[in-house]
Amino acid sequence: MKTQTYSLNLGPQHPSTHGVFRIILELDGETVVKATPVPGYLHRGIEKLAEARTYTQVIPYTDRMDYLAGMLMNWGYVQAVEKLMGIEVPERAEYIRVIVGELSRIASHMIATGAYGGDIGALTAFTYTFRDREYCIDLLEMVSGSRMTFSYFRVGGVADDLPGEFYPAARKFLADLPGMCDEYDGLITGNEIFQARTKHVGVITPEMGINYSLSGPTLRGSGVNYDLRKVRPYSVYDRLNFEVPLGKNGDCFDRFRIRIEEMRQCGKIIQQALDQIPEGSIQAKVPKVIKPPVGDAYAEVESSKGVYGCYLVSDGSPKPYRVHFRRPSFINLGYLAKLCEGWKIADVIAILGSIDIVLGEVDC
Amino acid sequence: MENIFIGIASSLRGFFSGLGVPDLYNDIIMLVVKLVSILVFILVNALWLVYMERRVCAFMQSRLGPIHVGPKGLLQSFADIGKLLGKEIILPKGIDLVVFLLMPVLIFVPPLLIYAVIPFGKDMVAVDMNIGVFYLLAVASLSTILFWAAGWSSNNKYSLIGGMRSVAQMVSYELPLILALLGVIMLTGTLNINQIVNAQNGIWFILTQPIAFLIYFIAGVAETNRTPFCLVEGESEIIAGPYTEYSGMGFAMFFLAEYANVMIISAMCTVMFLGGWLAPFGLDFIPSWLWFFLKMYVMIFIFMWVRWTYPRIRVDQLMGFGWKVLVPLSLANIFVTGVGMYIYRAIGW
Repeated sequence: MKTQTYSLNLGPQHPSTHGVFRIILELDGETVVKATPVPGYLHRGIEKLAEARTYTQVIPYTDRMDYLAGMLMNWGYVQAVEKLMGIEVPERAEYIRVIVGELSRIASHMIATGAYGGDIGALTAFTYTFRDREYCIDLLEMVSGSRMTFSYFRVGGVADDLPGEFYPAARKFLADLPGMCDEYDGLITGNEIFQARTKHVGVITPEMGINYSLSGPTLRGSGVNYDLRKVRPYSVYDRLNFEVPLGKNGDCFDRFRIRIEEMRQCGKIIQQALDQIPEGSIQAKVPKVIKPPVGDAYAEVESSKGVYGCYLVSDGSPKPYRVHFRRPSFINLGYLAKLCEGWKIADVIAILGSIDIVLGEVDC
Repeated sequence: MENIFIGIASSLRGFFSGLGVPDLYNDIIMLVVKLVSILVFILVNALWLVYMERRVCAFMQSRLGPIHVGPKGLLQSFADIGKLLGKEIILPKGIDLVVFLLMPVLIFVPPLLIYAVIPFGKDMVAVDMNIGVFYLLAVASLSTILFWAAGWSSNNKYSLIGGMRSVAQMVSYELPLILALLGVIMLTGTLNINQIVNAQNGIWFILTQPIAFLIYFIAGVAETNRTPFCLVEGESEIIAGPYTEYSGMGFAMFFLAEYANVMIISAMCTVMFLGGWLAPFGLDFIPSWLWFFLKMYVMIFIFMWVRWTYPRIRVDQLMGFGWKVLVPLSLANIFVTGVGMYIYRAIGW
């Protein structure tokens, strides 16, 4: 019997592509023969826009990249500016950055966890993580006044000090966090069907992960111990004690599981930071008009999706000559086409969800 | 209370014969009355189930669900139907127009046909058929064709994949479903649903046929396309399967038919395994039809519970589970039942 493959246009309008992502699937029945990812539907030209803004005005644009972890996006950019200008950030500001950054990471991982449940078909998981994310977002709102696009970081520090009511609220959230993670483990991770769907699906070997420059939980799921907070500690991470959760098989299940483990570690980090935070200034002495010297700088942070870097070129004017962001979601997607081959349609969704992309960041 | 519906029926009959209507016409009128009341019953129940599903789902997901339209949100489904009736029916390019428009109408036919033989209470069955179970199973599998035709006529690849999945799934799960019921039929030696209920007077078949009940329940979930077997719709993979291109009332018909099917599977569970309208522990003061609905709604609740807890399995796992686990298990159940019956008779209790 003569059979032929057909192409299925998955997206850009599709419930599980996490936004406006498109994959053209060449299918043999339900099996994927070839997958062609087509990003770019959310491209807003942030890098180009930044060239017409002053250094401070760029900060709100970075929020709009990974809007699920806006604080971390701020962080990478201001770090690059500080590196370019040689600014020493006050210690208290560094601790505040760690606290809000890790809270942002928890919020992002909660969405990743819940949305992955939805991708596999367990919609209930989504509401549970969203309910808990609300507490996390409330804390960040207390600090910055905003719920998603914070623009809280400033060159040389942060916009405002932590309010007094933040400390008890944060400690209460941290006390609840392990219970929340246990609940996700009980509802999703331990489920037989969930494990059958995700274990040994979309395996990334450590070598391939490194070769394709993957980072974040996507890489650590394969067992590669690479977390910038440990291997090249920035800010005050060298003073904080935490573990980097690692996967064994590099399959979807491991990538999913270590996000929950990371949330627990984030809780530990915030706890220590709250205990250690010194009194003092939250803003370094920075000139009114930020005019970095001619030159370039590259700074990177570990965002919730992976290594987020910012490359800045200055021509000595108040506006950056060139800004480039290394967006982890985009680079992690590079391996998607190879990863999907030979799996079923349902697995494509599972694999895409396990990489945890945010389209604002992919298309920038 | 016990005979309220039967009383209404016989007084109606008496009223018509009082008017001088001949017996033949009277029979026909009564049949029409019964079927129309079943129709109304299904539609009202389906609307109620939509509301119930949303409330149960909200309860599982720590939300509130619909609360604003009517008391406790009870009129939400009516509001939704009103909205859906007002929607434009969108006809995509390249569809098979006749089939496309016919399917949402026909999808309600199998449930309607099936309800004719289900006993809602003592002596409360529209058509008391000798081959009730056989008829029911035969009619129930018709809806596969309708899903498939809806998927095929939509000129959409997602719909087509959904339609294909529906055929594969229903063919594989129809088999364990029927084989599971065979255990009960062996015990009773009849295909008449009323007699099967009566045979459970001493002990419900869920206790004598627990494996058959389990198989029937799992296969029933698959038959009604609900999570974890909701591959036909599979909204995170293939949008909505065969319903993808349907809008407005066309979609609503499929939606309501799903609930009608859930009711049927639950009603069958009740009749075949949970003693139908028989009252347990001698609680006879509660009318038989109320017992039937209580048991049916417990089953429906379990269906919803499962739906909002589990993820969806993959298409190859679905087939593997059906053919490699459920079918052998149901065959083994039949074998064990047969041997058990033989021993039972040999001992001569």
